[in-house]
Amino acid sequence: MSRWEYSPAPESRAVVDIRPSYGLFVDGEFTDGQDGEPFKTVNPATEEVLAEVVAAGPLDVDRAVNAARTAFPRWSGLPASERGKYLYRIARLVQERSRELAVLESLDNGKPIRESRDLDLPLAAAHFFYYAGWADKLSYAGFGPDPRPLGVAGQIIPWNFPLLMLAWKLAPALATGNTCVLKPAETTSLTALHFAEILQQAELPPGVVNIVTGAGATGRALVTNDGVDKIAFTGSTEVGKEIARSVAGTRKKITLELGGKAANVVFDDAPLDQAVEGIVNGIFFNQGHVCCAGSRLLVQESVADELLGKLKFRLATLRLGDPLDKNTDIGAINSSVQLAKIRELSDVGDAEGATRWSPACELPERGYWFPPTLFTGVSQAHRIAREEIFGPVLSVLTFRTPAEAVEKANNTPYGLSAGVWTDKGSRILWMADRLRAGVVWANTFNRFDPTSPFGGYQESGYGREGGRHGLAAYLDG
Amino acid sequence: MAESRLHVRKTYKLFVGGAFPRSESGRTYLVAGANVAQASRKDVRDAVVAARKAFPGWSGATAYNRGQVLYRVAEMLEGRRAEFDALAAGEVDAAVDRWIWYAGWADKVAQVVGSTNPVAGPYFDFSFPEPTGVVAVLAPQESSLLGLVSVVAPAIVTGNTVVVVASEERPLPAVTLAEVLATSDVPGGVVNVLTGRTAELAPVLAAHMDVNAIDLTGSAPGSVADLERAAADNLKRVLRPPYAEPDWTAEPGLERLLAFLETKTVWHPIGS
Repeated sequence: MSRWEYSPAPESRAVVDIRPSYGLFVDGEFTDGQDGEPFKTVNPATEEVLAEVVAAGPLDVDRAVNAARTAFPRWSGLPASERGKYLYRIARLVQERSRELAVLESLDNGKPIRESRDLDLPLAAAHFFYYAGWADKLSYAGFGPDPRPLGVAGQIIPWNFPLLMLAWKLAPALATGNTCVLKPAETTSLTALHFAEILQQAELPPGVVNIVTGAGATGRALVTNDGVDKIAFTGSTEVGKEIARSVAGTRKKITLELGGKAANVVFDDAPLDQAVEGIVNGIFFNQGHVCCAGSRLLVQESVADELLGKLKFRLATLRLGDPLDKNTDIGAINSSVQLAKIRELSDVGDAEGATRWSPACELPERGYWFPPTLFTGVSQAHRIAREEIFGPVLSVLTFRTPAEAVEKANNTPYGLSAGVWTDKGSRILWMADRLRAGVVWANTFNRFDPTSPFGGYQESGYGREGGRHGLAAYLDG
Repeated sequence: MAESRLHVRKTYKLFVGGAFPRSESGRTYLVAGANVAQASRKDVRDAVVAARKAFPGWSGATAYNRGQVLYRVAEMLEGRRAEFDALAAGEVDAAVDRWIWYAGWADKVAQVVGSTNPVAGPYFDFSFPEPTGVVAVLAPQESSLLGLVSVVAPAIVTGNTVVVVASEERPLPAVTLAEVLATSDVPGGVVNVLTGRTAELAPVLAAHMDVNAIDLTGSAPGSVADLERAAADNLKRVLRPPYAEPDWTAEPGLERLLAFLETKTVWHPIGS
């Protein structure tokens, strides 16, 4: 049978106007860095330089924090319904400019346009829409009759879902009356900077949201700044611990959403074809750059061979390549640094005796790419079963009994998410009860919703984002 | 006859895993004429092992059962009021009432802080609280019984297990409370009581990798930053100490109950 190839179906990048350079967004305006250094941000799919952005220095961060401090009394004193209306405006503007932002996200991050268009952007807008409605209903939220904002929130977000993580941070903080200084990740600053234009369009009062770009040093300056009352961080467990140490002995509040090594548990009564889709979505969605990725597949021994056969067949159909192509399933790895880390841990997988498998897969010559990969013969002691790879690499383990599945799933210092695949409703709830993880997906994986609290147990961090629970991170008490 | 009878004194020991061992170090310190066990690092580790062992059973018990057990503690404490005669009038009453207040929360807190979440898709999505795990508690230094009960009860009622370091200078009510707990259907290891030097024991608990959370209420003011830094090694949930010892007679609110709870969210599919 002849194979029908896909024709290229690229999304046009003409909808986005990338400027050659960007300043910092402080006090409602784009300004040059005072002590910041410019650096280049590249398209990870081509290594083409997209623009120059500023690595904000301590003075720049201080200026942003001061702007937020100055704006705080007026913003927190606004009638709550007015705050809510600003957020509704922002939600609408994100929806209106979603094509532009989706293309920009795929260019700067490397993720497939199908994902940025269908997931990142709709969810980001939904998040603002959801929290907009909370602004004037906080006295009903279960935090007392008159819950108060904390003050200035310093927010540090990762590069895997740049605009979505921005929404997760800003929406609840603003709804509760805090003002913000947000630092996007250094490899994915552009959508945050275009979002700053949305804030101008929304006529949000100056200083309520400030955006400082830069890498770890900028983040450190923000965390240690005395004018900050609250730190919200999403990123690696290692940096999360560093932040927890650096606020020790202060009155700063923190919430941390960190790494994971989620188990995706498939029982022998699961609908296997559906489970295969869920496994693929669990670990190959967004190139595996997902803190809650289902990176450990635990499959019941009796169906392991059958499932792996189906999974390999499915992986061979995944299309890797141009993130802007609407048929692309797997985009580029976000940076050369991340690619090196994925390669290193995969090599350790080989060295420790696991068996690597990837489908025949042609990688583009330029850019950062890694084929969808799975390891079989993985033991719980292997580093690829314990450490977060944050790439399209799946470790496959087996189990015999439900109790063994629970034991293995919980054998990790993390505890962000888990998946269960079975036809039996009572078993879903039995497993959900026993898995030590903040989110449990049954017969699905990697679902997100603004109404649904998200966050981890143990070393996956503390605090929740989303839902009523997400308000607690930004309210006093 | 009665006048000449020699009074039988009590040995003040640790309470670990439901038993009353002396400190493995053999050390004691003198409090109000009594030799009180001075716990060591090893005792801390033993207590954490006991607390971890008790966690699955206690957190897996029904909320109704945990509520009844806490109520039973109140009953037993009520019957032993005379043993706390060194305390101010009313403190034991308040401590009994505090147990009862928290006992009632066992099967209510999930309804107050849990939720169903109206997600935009075919899923029944719900969130509910679960206990954090093993909680280390530095009990308040001043209020040796009411303060102690006010920090232990909120941690265990939701299913956590506890290693508590008693007030250093006022440890005797803690040991007597341990004797109440031992006769109250509280499974061994759910509450472990250590007496000794807070400054010696707190850093061990803060750094222990099998402790999930720490309540710094009774820590020395100068030690908080170091304890928090140590707690960050495995991202313990930290309840920071209040500026000054609070008025323990006031209604507690939910802060302590919620400090040692995690929120779990489950997405269950809907389909025919």
